[in-house]
Amino acid sequence: MRNKWVKRSIYIAILLAIFVGYPWYNIANPADATVARGLMPENVIKYGQDHLVLWGAAILVATAIGVAAGILISRPQFRFVAPVVVNIANIGQTVPSIGVLAIFMGLLGMGFSTAVFALIVYGILPILRNTYAGMITISPGIIEASRGMGMTPYSILRRIELPLALPVITAGIRTSSVMIVGAATLATFIAAGGLGAIIVTGLSVMRDQLFYTGAVMAASLAILLDYILWIIEEEAQA
Amino acid sequence: MVIKLENLTKIFQPGDAPAVDNLTLEVDEGDTCVLVGPSGCGKTTTMKMVNRLIEPTDGKIYVENEDVSKKNPIQLRLNIGYVIQEIGLFPHMSIAENIATVPRELRWPKQKIQERVDELLSMVGLDPELFRNRRPSDLSGGQRQRIGVARALSADPPLMLMDEPFGALDPITRSYLQNEFLRIQEKIKKTIIFVTHDIDEAIKMGTKIAIMREGKLVQYATPDELLSAPADEFVVNLIGGNYSIKRLHLIRVEEILKEPFTVSPEDSLDEAKEVMEKSQLELVLAVNGEKHLEGLVTPSSLRKEGERVGDVMDTPDLTVDSGATLNDALSVMLTNGEGYALVVGDENRLQGVVTLNAIMEALQDNEK
Amino acid sequence: MELLYSMGHYFMLAASSNPQEGEPWFFEPFFAYLVRRWDRILVMTLEHFELILVATAIAIAIGVTVGVIISYYEPIAYPVINVTQVLMTIPSIAMIAMLIPLFGIGFNNGVAALVLYMLLPLVRNTYTGIREIEPAVLESAKGMGMSELRVLTKIKLPLALPVIMAGIRVAVVLGVGIGAIAAYIGAGGLGSLIFNGIERVNYPMIWTGAIFISIIAIVLDLILGWGEKRLYRY
Ligand SMILES: Nc1ncnc2c1ncn2[C@@H]1O[C@H](COP(=O)(O)OP(=O)(O)O)[C@@H](O)[C@H]1O
Ligand SMILES: [Mg+2]
Repeated sequence: MRNKWVKRSIYIAILLAIFVGYPWYNIANPADATVARGLMPENVIKYGQDHLVLWGAAILVATAIGVAAGILISRPQFRFVAPVVVNIANIGQTVPSIGVLAIFMGLLGMGFSTAVFALIVYGILPILRNTYAGMITISPGIIEASRGMGMTPYSILRRIELPLALPVITAGIRTSSVMIVGAATLATFIAAGGLGAIIVTGLSVMRDQLFYTGAVMAASLAILLDYILWIIEEEAQA
Repeated sequence: MVIKLENLTKIFQPGDAPAVDNLTLEVDEGDTCVLVGPSGCGKTTTMKMVNRLIEPTDGKIYVENEDVSKKNPIQLRLNIGYVIQEIGLFPHMSIAENIATVPRELRWPKQKIQERVDELLSMVGLDPELFRNRRPSDLSGGQRQRIGVARALSADPPLMLMDEPFGALDPITRSYLQNEFLRIQEKIKKTIIFVTHDIDEAIKMGTKIAIMREGKLVQYATPDELLSAPADEFVVNLIGGNYSIKRLHLIRVEEILKEPFTVSPEDSLDEAKEVMEKSQLELVLAVNGEKHLEGLVTPSSLRKEGERVGDVMDTPDLTVDSGATLNDALSVMLTNGEGYALVVGDENRLQGVVTLNAIMEALQDNEK
Repeated sequence: MELLYSMGHYFMLAASSNPQEGEPWFFEPFFAYLVRRWDRILVMTLEHFELILVATAIAIAIGVTVGVIISYYEPIAYPVINVTQVLMTIPSIAMIAMLIPLFGIGFNNGVAALVLYMLLPLVRNTYTGIREIEPAVLESAKGMGMSELRVLTKIKLPLALPVIMAGIRVAVVLGVGIGAIAAYIGAGGLGSLIFNGIERVNYPMIWTGAIFISIIAIVLDLILGWGEKRLYRY
């Protein structure tokens, strides 16, 4: 038990050390003036912040909307729209992340808020799908029995359906989170910042120190966030 | 094919009690040696050491005087039929492909494999035309186990290992398959090591019975010796008393058959009445020229309207096959409340009648 | 049919949120662009397929081999699957950047990145496909005298095939989307349309890239799904 937490803390510490240490080292030892300009500490911090805010805002809102919509279309009154909604979600997920950002750029113009909006819409899809799937795979007998015992529809939802669907829903949230962190790296293409900016700058001026820094930061942050969600998922199920 | 187990020992984890403990056993050519004992006593482990699915910790196994540990395990296994309770048919292959597994490994020519598959399907009582191309998932439990047996027999191995082969079947199917296997074994005369935890099955199937307890051999004897002279309390408890009833498993109906009174379906009712008067059982059987059983004639059927026996006879039920034991015959009689059972062989050929009296006489003779 | 219906919906949704009143902004310019540049679009579609095809072939070879190997060495199975899982969480542009020292810029880099992303479904499905086989089936195969290689090729892989196919399907659909990003470092394909479209603020170009990639993913998903169903499920 304690062993498990020690192991988890070590993993998190290593990922954090890479996320902070690698850019720190490169900021301190730039190969030339171009790299130094690309790695100005306030910029690196800002890009990191952007990235976290993009991710955090998008995953929170996407979870709220995705779960609510998933529950809604699993209700008997609305189940007739479910196939259409699920199909749209499935098709939406085949649009590449850069395509989603670009399309929203066309609708809302460039900038940070467009990116947030695009990431929310993109992130809703797996959560909605999994919530719906988790809800409808609950055996009708369980619902029947709860109803027979006199539970209200609300308490059936709260105390029976949601707990039973939780593992599937959390899996959807994790998928969505991975997609959002990845897509946030592309936000720079629509002028919304994020760690992708360092990579893209590095690639355009051909300085490997620069794009490695961005890549390592983006990768370690993505792995770290997914790991934290995994721990939450494990603990929620225990 | 003589099998010798010499001081065979298997310890899975150092420090654990041995699963098989210094076991010495000899199985003669053509014998069916049944390993029997409570669950976990080491039967399966013993059997799997013969085809080297498990390597012994100590001791030797000789098959036909050759030390199996010196043989290539693949070659060894290709020459030993193997049937397990879970059957393990290959779900992605047709029945024919399943049966053809070992012949294919042995690279038999296609034609020969096909003929062998059909021959085996007929042998286990399944129509090749109907079953050849089916998938295992289309078959019932009993049919699957027949395929399991056919698959093990495919390359005609002199030795068969069977681990609770009928254990997962319902009692009726089980007894049916047991009888059928006894009939097959009469023809093919394999050397068999047969594992079961059911003492009745052991007595029925075995020519020799090895009783095991906690990895050790407790008694090794013929079924008869076992019933008349159990080695110790453990064996007595395993047999569970009631030796006369147990003997019912031991004697085959063939041994106490009575010649039936027969008529032909073409005969007139008067002729049938004459035969009936001679029959103490008030039972006459209608058979055709090749002795195929056609019908049953009782006093009540003779009172019906009609000219020929064929018009009035009833459908014969109460049949058992020729491999059946007295227990099977008695069970049929008790179920139907009649004092006789009809014994039929291949193609429904009438072989004789078994009566309640004959069963009682047989048990008394045997007692002496 | 259901799919076509909801695709129709998708287009309607896109068309209804028109920012510039009165001006045609979606269908007319979009189709005009298709008609004008169909040759270029065709070439890029073929490039996209080439990228997916090469990456899928390599990923299947590696993924199935690794899946088979870890099915024999249980202790390394979960660590290996976890590594492929971690690979999958890495943002694609970061992955591509990190692969530059090994594969430079261009097609090879794109293929390498796709292969790494495709490993998880292939390794995991091969492994679970083999692990899920009934032990009695494997025991009887071994007991009858099949060598381990024969058991693998005649029993294990055929029985795991439907599960492996499901993994291939997931991997391919994944690859189609990530292939778009690979265009940024010159791996070719329809992603170029999106990146160029952003740069030139050319919306028909962006839509063409996004929709074509989406259609390729849907079509491949349907074809592979159909193939998967046709494989015998036992
Ligand atoms: N692979 C194995 N590893 C460890 N112990 C085993 C293994 N197989 C069997 N055993 C143990 O050996 C003993 C004999 O098992 P087994 O031969 O299967 O018994 P039986 O077939 O008579 O029911 C049991 O106590 C069982 O737990
Ligand atoms: Mg056993």
